[in-house]
Amino acid sequence: MSYSNTDGIMIGLEIHVQLNRLKTKMFCGCSTQYHSSPPNTHVCPVCLGLPGALPVINQKAVESAMKVGLALNCEIVEQTQFHRKNYYYPDLPKGYQVSQFDYPIVSNGKVAIEGEDGELVIRIRRAHMEEDPGKLIHMGSIDKSKGTLIDYNRSGMALLEIVTEPDIRSPKEARRFLDKLRNILEYLDVFDSDLEGAMRVDANISLQGGDRTEIKNISSHKGAERALLYEIMRQKNLLRRGEIVTMETRHFDEARGVTTSMRSKEEEHDYRYFPEPDLVPLRVKDRTEKLLQELPELPDAKKERLISQYSISDMHAKALVSNLKIANFYEEVASEVNPKVAATWIADVLKGELNYRDLTIDACKVEDIVQLVTMIMENKITDRSAVEVIRTLLDSGGNCMEIVEKKGLVKVEDNVVEQAVDDVLGENKNAINDYLNGKEQSLNFLVGQVMKKTRGRADPMIVRDIIANRIK
Amino acid sequence: MPEWMSIRDTKHKIDNLSAEEVTSSYLDTIEKSSINAFTNINKKAIEDAKYYDKNQSDLPLAGVPISIKDNISTKGIPTTCSSRMLENYIPPFNAHVIEKLYEAGAIIIGKTNMDEFAMGGSTETCCGGTTFNPWDTSRVPGGSSGGSAAALAAGESPISLGSDTGGSVRSPASYCGVVAMKPTYGTISRYGLISYSNSLEQIGPMATCVEDIAHIMDVIAGYDNRDSTSIKRDINYSDAIINDSEGMKIGVPTELISDGINPKVEKIVWDAIHKMEDLGAIWKEVSLPTTKYALPAYYILAMSDASSNLARFDGTRYGLRVEGNNWHVMASKTRAQGFGDEVKRRILLGTYALSAGYHDKYYVKALKVRTLVKNDFDRAFNDVDVLMGPTMADIAFKVGEKIEDPLSIYMTDINNVPVNLAGVPSMSIPCGFADKMPVGLQIIGNTFDESSILRCAYTFEQNTNHHRKRPDGVN
Amino acid sequence: MITEEDVERISWLARIEIDSSKSKEYAEQLNSILDYFQQLEELDTSDIEPTYHVDDLVNVLRSDDIKPSFTQEEALENCENKKDGYFKVPGIM
Ligand SMILES: [Mg+2]
Ligand SMILES: [Zn+2]
Repeated sequence: MSYSNTDGIMIGLEIHVQLNRLKTKMFCGCSTQYHSSPPNTHVCPVCLGLPGALPVINQKAVESAMKVGLALNCEIVEQTQFHRKNYYYPDLPKGYQVSQFDYPIVSNGKVAIEGEDGELVIRIRRAHMEEDPGKLIHMGSIDKSKGTLIDYNRSGMALLEIVTEPDIRSPKEARRFLDKLRNILEYLDVFDSDLEGAMRVDANISLQGGDRTEIKNISSHKGAERALLYEIMRQKNLLRRGEIVTMETRHFDEARGVTTSMRSKEEEHDYRYFPEPDLVPLRVKDRTEKLLQELPELPDAKKERLISQYSISDMHAKALVSNLKIANFYEEVASEVNPKVAATWIADVLKGELNYRDLTIDACKVEDIVQLVTMIMENKITDRSAVEVIRTLLDSGGNCMEIVEKKGLVKVEDNVVEQAVDDVLGENKNAINDYLNGKEQSLNFLVGQVMKKTRGRADPMIVRDIIANRIK
Repeated sequence: MPEWMSIRDTKHKIDNLSAEEVTSSYLDTIEKSSINAFTNINKKAIEDAKYYDKNQSDLPLAGVPISIKDNISTKGIPTTCSSRMLENYIPPFNAHVIEKLYEAGAIIIGKTNMDEFAMGGSTETCCGGTTFNPWDTSRVPGGSSGGSAAALAAGESPISLGSDTGGSVRSPASYCGVVAMKPTYGTISRYGLISYSNSLEQIGPMATCVEDIAHIMDVIAGYDNRDSTSIKRDINYSDAIINDSEGMKIGVPTELISDGINPKVEKIVWDAIHKMEDLGAIWKEVSLPTTKYALPAYYILAMSDASSNLARFDGTRYGLRVEGNNWHVMASKTRAQGFGDEVKRRILLGTYALSAGYHDKYYVKALKVRTLVKNDFDRAFNDVDVLMGPTMADIAFKVGEKIEDPLSIYMTDINNVPVNLAGVPSMSIPCGFADKMPVGLQIIGNTFDESSILRCAYTFEQNTNHHRKRPDGVN
Repeated sequence: MITEEDVERISWLARIEIDSSKSKEYAEQLNSILDYFQQLEELDTSDIEPTYHVDDLVNVLRSDDIKPSFTQEEALENCENKKDGYFKVPGIM
């Protein structure tokens, strides 16, 4: 399968990742667990920008950033110094953001994703550390707002801004890259994607023959795909009409699914970067060895290992490793029952049922799935019943055995099935005749009658075979 | 009648009377004073003093009143930087030095006047009006820690804390005839000091005698993990209070004692150097060739830092707010009305110096000059223990004399700023009088060698009488 | 040379409202100071490294341990314009 990028699409992403698995913020000891707290309760002189307060670098934030760099195959900088990026905005309590400038902590990496036509390597230009601003709540829409409320709980959260080269060629590839990145970050245990504002994306996009635009304010992977689809369409239409695509920043309106121009006076920036005089340089490259040793098994490596260790399919392995918790869950189950059957049930069924309900694997207990797989293996319940057990577990809780018993899902003995077939065949002479006269659906009717008699606990495929054999 | 008291005198008086009486007599003096040295009085000072009367204490500063420059954050006590911008700001936390002072038993008596946001050398650019020099109230007290120096000279507090970005404790000490030290960069935590130019400034002790400087240093200096530029070093400053400078090598920088100096000041400073020679020190002339360029380099860096440091004053979270129809307009109006002319000038110039196209020409160039200045000192200290020269090239100027010409005030810092660029310690002590106004001797030491400075200064002080003279009306 | 237009640009960058009738005066004042700064041009610094920090501290880091934060009251205590625990400001645009 080959992908011909006829429009010459080039997409580069800038992803702000909150290192929200740290206990404290980037430069102060305020707790990062503010997500369900009242506004302005996780603030101190430093992250509130009170006069006289001074920042101190969180060592674990630096090491987390380095780990991400190593996982993205980046080089670690020899020496770096935080800079001040000066601009005025109400969410920025000091009038500058402490960030990295000419020497990002890591640079020159690469990540392979599944592209439109096979493996695609996306180059990582750089990833630098900075602090998150506070959160603004506009009373009304941003342009007509009567007032703005500010919560600085988020202010000073450690961010890693990851910048790719424009190697991405379609919205789908952009989304896959983001999925892969999130996956890696979760494996590194530096990031919890479930928290609000954990990952924010800006996208640069250009088509052959046009200038590049930058789309700001994309808050989800799906949003990135939609914003890019819209922007490609917009640029294509302009170019087709012979108009020009101007270099500009555009705002993604998530609700309407469109990008809009946000040119204004505020946009003319001159950030006046200069070294943050309150912080001294970082020279941490010598910690690389130690961090490499602490690096966990990453998704690609785990996938290969699952395939060879449990002899499961590439497809199942991929589905399992795409979520670390599910992969770990799988391995616990696989240590007690047949790994192949476990993979089928977890990757194909359980994962889908969880997604459908917007649940995580935490909603499920290993022992329940172990019991379930055991019963399937021992032919004690039908596949259909097994699905029902999973649904009930997720919807109403309880445990596997209880549900099977309460709902009477234990598969009936063979002789009971035979008896039911006898009964049904005795009671439905017309249907038998219809079938013998070539009416195929009659067989379905007969199978259905047997299933009814056994209250669904028979295996329909087997019942079908038995009936077909009897009346042949 | 107000009087000059050392820490020792003050403690003695507390023993005889009470901390409450000592504190209230200072408060009384401040109340009656017309020099305008204070911006705010600590309403809890008497209450704090009573505590030490009730609880016997051998803390180093138990019950001793201290005044604090109004750019050092004091929890519950307004901290205004003498700016309209912060007129109503009450910090919810204490600066590191304030914690240390409380731990040592000191009574914060009040906050002292200063040039707005420490940007000035005359204590005239204050929202609450000028501070006057107690030796001659038609003259300025120097600055920017002019309130602290004037308070000491007028007997309104026995000890004080100032801050020194480019001479801001030494200039007023020289003009007001008191003692002040700017320690090595990193010696005293800046946590809670409202930043003007972060890589240049240090909090500095101010007092009426050298020994007190050492005592205050012992209380406030030391490592603080909230200031990333804080140095881990354990020095006992009082140990350096030695009346003996036999064999000490003094360098006299030609550049500090020649161009543009008032001849009377020049003579007094040479007399001081010869006095040190009589006391057993050896001196020689040395050169700090980059001195001329230190001043523009200093101003470029200080203004650049300031333009960023003062960005947080936007009317959003604290301080003055002037309403506008959107946030940016509100911020612009707030800053236009909240800051005085000199502060605005420095912010604008700093913004310009950092802006695209000018960054290398001004900001980076100044940092390179800083390297040269530092090299000058390194070279000089290969040969000598301390450097000596005039703190200020002239005596205190008249109120209003230079205010219309900012450059002329900048020029008065010429002998002081090289020290801040190099990060080395420096002290100003009284060394005589010209036209009845005090003259300060500047003693500069090598990095972390406050001890040599203190030893020289103490020896000079113990063998001269300049520090015993008081302004009229002060005992 | 700072022009009146420069003054307007810088004052916007610095968010300090300046009455346009004052731009000329500001430009003159700032230029006289910049003229003085110009004397640095006399020095050849092409081989000189800039000094950002006078000491050579590196890697000043803190451990990832939680310290107490302000209460909401403390956080907002210096602000008159607040609502439901938030700081309140006019709209952005
Ligand atoms: Mg960023
Ligand atoms: Zn904080």
